[in-house]
Amino acid sequence: MNIEKDNQFVIEGKLALPYQYFSGRTGSRFLIRLRDDKKINGLKCNACNKVFVPPRSTCEICGETIQDNWVEVKDTGTVTGFTVVRYSEPHQPVKAPYILALIKLDGADTPFAHIVQGIAIENMKVGLKVKAKFAEKTTSTIMDINCFMPAG
Amino acid sequence: MARKVGICAIAQTTYEKNKWGARFQEMALEVLESIQQQTGVDFSETGITMSISVSDDVFDARTISDNAMTDVLGAHLGCEEKIAQEGIQALYYGLAAIQSGHEDVVLIVGHCKESQGKSRNMVTHLAFDPFFTRPVGLDFCAAAGLQAQAYAMKSGIGDEELARIVVRSSENAVKNPMLPEAKKLTMKEVMASPMIADPIRALHAYPVSDGAVGMLLVAEDRVKEFTDTPVWIKGVGNCMDSFFMGDRNLASNFALKKAAQIAYKRAGIDNPGKAFDIIEVSDQYAYQQPMWMEGLGIIDDGKGNEWIKKDGPQKNNVNISGGTLAGSPLLLGGLVRAAEAAIQLKGEAGDRQVANAKTALAHGVMGPAGQFHSIAVLERG
Ligand SMILES: [Zn+2]
Repeated sequence: MNIEKDNQFVIEGKLALPYQYFSGRTGSRFLIRLRDDKKINGLKCNACNKVFVPPRSTCEICGETIQDNWVEVKDTGTVTGFTVVRYSEPHQPVKAPYILALIKLDGADTPFAHIVQGIAIENMKVGLKVKAKFAEKTTSTIMDINCFMPAG
Repeated sequence: MARKVGICAIAQTTYEKNKWGARFQEMALEVLESIQQQTGVDFSETGITMSISVSDDVFDARTISDNAMTDVLGAHLGCEEKIAQEGIQALYYGLAAIQSGHEDVVLIVGHCKESQGKSRNMVTHLAFDPFFTRPVGLDFCAAAGLQAQAYAMKSGIGDEELARIVVRSSENAVKNPMLPEAKKLTMKEVMASPMIADPIRALHAYPVSDGAVGMLLVAEDRVKEFTDTPVWIKGVGNCMDSFFMGDRNLASNFALKKAAQIAYKRAGIDNPGKAFDIIEVSDQYAYQQPMWMEGLGIIDDGKGNEWIKKDGPQKNNVNISGGTLAGSPLLLGGLVRAAEAAIQLKGEAGDRQVANAKTALAHGVMGPAGQFHSIAVLERG
């Protein structure tokens, strides 16, 4: 018997707070275009000649306000990096194992993270050309792109 | 010139997977009492006049988790600051407070119980934005997988080299009395552990850890009141990279190189490859040890794999403590690295002591895939 640890206990708790996040002027516009028109837009810094996806209203490189410089990018792109997520957590959008990749869309300069499906894990590679598969039901987040699939 | 700042005492609890029978206040008290016993310091006007706590509200599951510790920190009667960032930033704050002349004696105490939450990944998931990166399920482990893949492509590092790093860490960890749960791992065990985020295996990741760490920082002119063997903080530097991972080159070490540049300049280090007797880097995942060594400019860019093959970690005295890989909470990684480096410089490292250690580097990292790096250069007094 462990006298020191007997009659001591833990209580169960939970951090849970319903919350609302303003999606921002720039974020709202990006997500509305994605939701309603299935179009992906980026914001371009003309000084740095760079198209940012996801969009942001200020270029962090030069500080320029770029919130009106919308350019449409393609729904096709290239995988620049990936991992295979094999552990399970409640915040994951699909059942593990799944491929989480960085995808540079044609017309954009910054890759962004998304799920790749429709390819066997062992065949996955950097440089893979992919195409967005849009979601049937909107969540007004980046998951309005359901996933990316091998192109062609 | 600004007056120097000395680390006069270092204290740690053990680091364990689940210290369920200790409240975080109790862990912090253990650290404070050790520092008081080592130095005789108190909270009078000539004692600690500023306390800096390191804590995280989500890990603690209560907001302003520092105000639950006023009795421990003595802060209800004095100045209190909080770091909700990599713990090594407490050295930065303390250094600034003393060099500016505002304070003479500063207490630092960091605590974290990663085990309290159901999942560490669920905590780090909250570091992402709710529109673009949380929905795809990102957390620090998945982000590390993306970076590990990028670094493997750049350096050629493979499963065997990564396993070597973990095995060496486990061998060092069993000599560290702060890690009572450490046990020696074999190459076979590491290479047979399941993949979690390719190419990261389960045993390439640091264990869930609970513990606390603290230091007493004192102005040069008053150091003698508290110790005969101070460790001087010679230079600090940090750098934050872009938020979105796609905006960064994940294998480039951009932020770490900048942080190191600043710290080296302040510390007067010209040749980092030869400057350090002790190096403690925050290797939350095995691939990070050689990668951060490249970023620190201690080994050449892209040469981390070769360095591992040639037994570089042993030759450079990297993570003699076992490193973050052997177990220290996310939040405290860099502060624990600084503590271990300072213990070596004070000559109090027992079985793991490196002879005649004079100059050390301690490194901390926070954010997904090494977004933020912070470095301290330390020197024996
Ligand atoms: Zn710009």
